[in-house]
Amino acid sequence: MAPGISRRIWGKLVHVLVLATFTILLAFPFYWMLITSFKQNLDLYTMENNPFIFNARPTLDHLKFLFTETRFVRWLGNTAFVGVIVVAITLLLAVPAAYSLARLSGRWGERLGIGIFLTYLVPPTLLFIPLSRVVAYLGLQDSLWALILVYPTFTVPFSIWLLMGFFKSIPKELEDAAMVDGLTRFGAFIKLVIPISVSGILTVVIFTFTLVTQEFVYALTFISSESNQMIGTGIPIFLVRGDVYYWGALMAACLIASLPIAFMYNLFLDRFIAGFTVGAVK
Amino acid sequence: MFSPAVLYILLLVGGPFFLAIFYAFSDARIGNAEMHFVGLENFRSILQSPSFRVAIRNSFIFTICSQIVVIVGANILAISLEKTFRGRGIIRFLILLPWVAPIALGAIGWKWILDSIYSVITWVLVAIHIYKPFSAPMWLGEPRLAIASVLLVHSWRLMPFSTVILLAGRTAIPKDIPEAAAVDGAGFWRTQLQIVIPMMRPIISVAVLFGLIFTFTDMTVVYILTAGGPFDSTQTLPSLAFALGIQGSDLAAGAAISLFLVPLLVIIAYFMLRVAHRAEVN
Repeated sequence: MAPGISRRIWGKLVHVLVLATFTILLAFPFYWMLITSFKQNLDLYTMENNPFIFNARPTLDHLKFLFTETRFVRWLGNTAFVGVIVVAITLLLAVPAAYSLARLSGRWGERLGIGIFLTYLVPPTLLFIPLSRVVAYLGLQDSLWALILVYPTFTVPFSIWLLMGFFKSIPKELEDAAMVDGLTRFGAFIKLVIPISVSGILTVVIFTFTLVTQEFVYALTFISSESNQMIGTGIPIFLVRGDVYYWGALMAACLIASLPIAFMYNLFLDRFIAGFTVGAVK
Repeated sequence: MFSPAVLYILLLVGGPFFLAIFYAFSDARIGNAEMHFVGLENFRSILQSPSFRVAIRNSFIFTICSQIVVIVGANILAISLEKTFRGRGIIRFLILLPWVAPIALGAIGWKWILDSIYSVITWVLVAIHIYKPFSAPMWLGEPRLAIASVLLVHSWRLMPFSTVILLAGRTAIPKDIPEAAAVDGAGFWRTQLQIVIPMMRPIISVAVLFGLIFTFTDMTVVYILTAGGPFDSTQTLPSLAFALGIQGSDLAAGAAISLFLVPLLVIIAYFMLRVAHRAEVN
């Protein structure tokens, strides 16, 4: 009896230790952002101070600086603006495409779907040089519209892939029944398929929006002026003046911009994962 | 109904891809409208440049080493997250942060943690008397340590992604199989290593394939942490392409360098197709 119990306790202890170690390692930078955001500069920049605790009273100065003396709010607005329009474009392109590919009979639908999925693997770092010329040619340098034009290249393929899986799970008989009742295929799509697919469409909305907020390479290449930055480029590049890093404000900005995205992503995690696993998990 | 999406992808993914190939055989520069065919000249001069050799070596080091760390860590973490326990939701949220937060912002957090003077790591090492004050190394200032730092941040970022993918794979394994093995007297580790992990092979390959792509094509981590320095020692293919092609205005060289990403991408796409095909057959 006794060895069994001690073994269970050991197992539990190891489990807790492993989880604690990984959680601390992975979440530490965010804890560090949090504590840095509220420390006075005097506290931050004294080498002898224990950095894990507040050696002086916490302060809101960094937040005040961030919101009043930088373009942080503007960058949040830019990101939201680009995000919303890219979501709209992505839905317009991906929903009909995914639906028709899901309903395409034979193996061609599947093959085309996989072909589109593979374009998701073509990285921005391969395309940013030629695209910078395309953007210049269209006169969109330093314009948020350059990002709106280009971002669907990575949001559309993955969204089609996610939605295809979703539409396939809707039985075809449902639409056939609706069409017998006098609806056209398009009518059946709008009145029947879209309403059932709300959660799939919502998944695409959230996924697209998070991809837009996470993008860095195109924003860095196409956008030059301070007021047109996205959060991903504005914070690391324009919150540094010359060689001076405003660490308090920088960390506050990182945390404020990261948390909402993290919450949204978490809500839909299982569906995103289903998209990434390429059907290898049933 | 899929033609608008396909057309868009052809124009803005396919088009720029061929434009990149075209540039790589030309002498295109930013600000110079004329362009001539120069054959393999770009490739010849790239292959002779020492910084290119460093970049291609780094790209492979970062990608392969971080994936080894990630896949070992993610397997352990997935095992410890499989059973439900109190607080699992919060732990999962914290563990996911590195993946869901914009990588540019996570990397800035690390830049502060690895700061040359106020690094918390340095403070701890001084506090436990491994280094005397002011004698600790500069984490991002010495080539070897800078390489290790980039490696660390890449592993940190991708571990959550692989963990949730592997977790999805685990929950899909029928519970009676590991239970039967336990009844037959197989211990925990034997069950894991000889039964569960082999059963998860397709899902592990999905996690690794995505991980390889995400790391190999990333330039954000290097750009923010070290900007390729010190002395180009942490440059990767994408970051060198950016430094030469955009910052240095040499589009041709940048395009040629980024084309070196293609062979690995093709290999990964091939394996991805195999996984998808198998999933389809089963």
